[in-house]
Amino acid sequence: MTETGLIQLLTPEGERVDNPAYPLDEAADIKGMYRDMVLVRRIDTEAIALQRHGELGLWASLLGQEAAQIGSGRALTPKDMAFPSYREHGVAWCRGLDPLRLLELFRGVSNGSWDPEEHKFHLYTIVIGDQTLHATGYAMGIQRDAAEDEAVIVYFGDGATSQGDVSEAFAWASVFNAPVVFFCQNNQWAISAPQDRQSRVPLYQRASGFGFPGVRVDGNDVLACHAVTRRALQAAREGQGPTLIEAYTYRMGAHTTTDDPTRYRLASDVEVWRLRDPIERVRSYLARSGQADSTFFAAIDAEANELGERIREGCRTLPDPAPLELFDHVYAGGSAILDDERERYAAYLESFEQTDTALEEAGL
Amino acid sequence: MSKLTLSKALNEGLRRALEADPKVMIMGEDVGKLGGVFRVTDGLQKDFGEHRVVDTPLAESGIIGTAIGLALRGYRPVCEIQFDGFVFPATDQIISQLAKMRYRSRGKISLPVVIRIPCGGGIGAVEHHSESPEAYFTHAAGLRVVACADAADAYSMIQLAIASDDPVIFFEPKRRYWDKGEVDTTAPLDSAQPLDRARVVLAGTDVTLLSYGPLVRTCVEAAMAVARERSVEVIDLRSLSPLDMATIGESVRRTGRCVVAHEAPVYSGLGAEIAARVTEACFYHLEAPVLRVGGFATPYPPSRLEEHYLPDLDRILDGVDRAFSY
Ligand SMILES: Cc1ncc(C[n+]2csc(CCOP(=O)(O)OP(=O)(O)O)c2C)c(N)n1
Ligand SMILES: [Mg+2]
Repeated sequence: MTETGLIQLLTPEGERVDNPAYPLDEAADIKGMYRDMVLVRRIDTEAIALQRHGELGLWASLLGQEAAQIGSGRALTPKDMAFPSYREHGVAWCRGLDPLRLLELFRGVSNGSWDPEEHKFHLYTIVIGDQTLHATGYAMGIQRDAAEDEAVIVYFGDGATSQGDVSEAFAWASVFNAPVVFFCQNNQWAISAPQDRQSRVPLYQRASGFGFPGVRVDGNDVLACHAVTRRALQAAREGQGPTLIEAYTYRMGAHTTTDDPTRYRLASDVEVWRLRDPIERVRSYLARSGQADSTFFAAIDAEANELGERIREGCRTLPDPAPLELFDHVYAGGSAILDDERERYAAYLESFEQTDTALEEAGL
Repeated sequence: MSKLTLSKALNEGLRRALEADPKVMIMGEDVGKLGGVFRVTDGLQKDFGEHRVVDTPLAESGIIGTAIGLALRGYRPVCEIQFDGFVFPATDQIISQLAKMRYRSRGKISLPVVIRIPCGGGIGAVEHHSESPEAYFTHAAGLRVVACADAADAYSMIQLAIASDDPVIFFEPKRRYWDKGEVDTTAPLDSAQPLDRARVVLAGTDVTLLSYGPLVRTCVEAAMAVARERSVEVIDLRSLSPLDMATIGESVRRTGRCVVAHEAPVYSGLGAEIAARVTEACFYHLEAPVLRVGGFATPYPPSRLEEHYLPDLDRILDGVDRAFSY
């Protein structure tokens, strides 16, 4: 642990440091984590570019948060369930979700087209904090099913900790000893609000008032994020209840593509965090310890290029939903009112086609 | 007179209210340094300080709950809810507390809280950023619910809302924020049209077209598009609760036809209340049933489908045509 209470296994310079409470998992696939981080950063870069070209309406960048997401995401077993907010593209990647499923949300062709149970990855939740209660309830279900090999993780931001729902989730998880890990990515900003607008104490300390452990981990250290999350999930599975993990990191980009952070923060603050880049430190470590050479890094870069191309192409060709899909899936059993609206709207659309054909036939 | 965007007109109105009354405050997420995500509060914190223009923690129930406390203490908080879809965490405070306090206290307590909400769709946004939640609030007695439609009106309406001793839900049509209009920032507030009055935007004789917020402009465009065949009277309701039935009734009795357009779902929407009231008040003058044009009975769709969901000029004219087919 560093002097600030931050759990760290890899320094920003790429030096391994030992923490007796969190011994490095010998099986930890550090090269795999490196690869994941590089690839999700590429997804992010491509998505921002696609937004600039009008292919996406918006994008919420994860830049700087790759380690928090890949470290924690890789700590999940296939049976664990994850509840994301809207920036967890790296966790989605770890759950085997095609990045195009995420791009669909930001392109506006879908509000969530994947099967959450298949991926053990719930739909994105945009309303801040709501998903923390869903995760807690899901964990209560696991208790009732006596499914001892399952746990839940829920992602939220520093800003979200001010929402009543998040405090309620803490209370519920605590009194019911629910197998849920609260993973707070403290990227220090909630749009323009700095973290001290949400809390006077470090966020991980919130947990103690609710009666469960809280830890602060270097959110830019993928090894530490992995180790801390693995341990918290294991504790949850073993009946020890919830843990709050505060992954201390930094939002390197704008809040979303429509945000202009120059209005509220200094470029020099961002520069400080650039030196703590989550990917660079793993790269130095792997290179220096002889675990990877330039061939390895080049292969990953090539893979990123391919992925980038696939995303660009895939995004541009994502089909728009058909107009009448508007009316689908409102109720399990449909409704006569909806049927009526659908029918009328179909006839209305039809009337334009008829007019168009008539005009064409008239040579107009 | 100066040409201002709707966003800037609101900004000027807020500035004037802050200048006029030291008890007026602004509070909300990102309203200070950032000036709000739509820049409606741009520069106000710089000029009026952090005690009067408050960047709040991220908690809507907190924003409204503490605004109630501040109002009990004599302040006049103007709260910003960042987007329509994020007002719901605050609905307990709004509906159970804010709306009822005057009634419960037999008139002893006034809560002059304004809740500004950017509303409606048409900007290609992700989920929860395009909702039209007005009917939830018009259903709660004790709240005044208003919607502005253009820059000039926005400028005076926001000041009237702040001056009102009732709580006001103030809807702002987000896709019209950048529409420009002439605004007379020197006119005294008491020359402005009262907050609870509807406004005839375009006079006509054949059919009354009622709307509010973002669709007022669309309705005017629709009326002009058919001006050679039909004389459409367009009325901007402005006040959604209470309704200005005097202005509405006078118009419908003259035209004999009435169409209501809003972005919110037609089903159980504000149009239903209007249709029922107009039918009762103008029954013998009506040539056709009161018709409604609006969103479907579905959640707001992904943005690539919103052009189908939102009533546009053609769908409004289709409604107008139907009013002539009886
Ligand atoms: C209930 C609610 N209020 C407001 C918003 C608008 N909003 C979107 S993101 C955001 C800031 C969130 O900050 P944080 O929780 O720290 O997450 P981050 O964006 O930093 O990942 C706000 C205010 C929202 N989505 N939901
Ligand atoms: Mg944050």
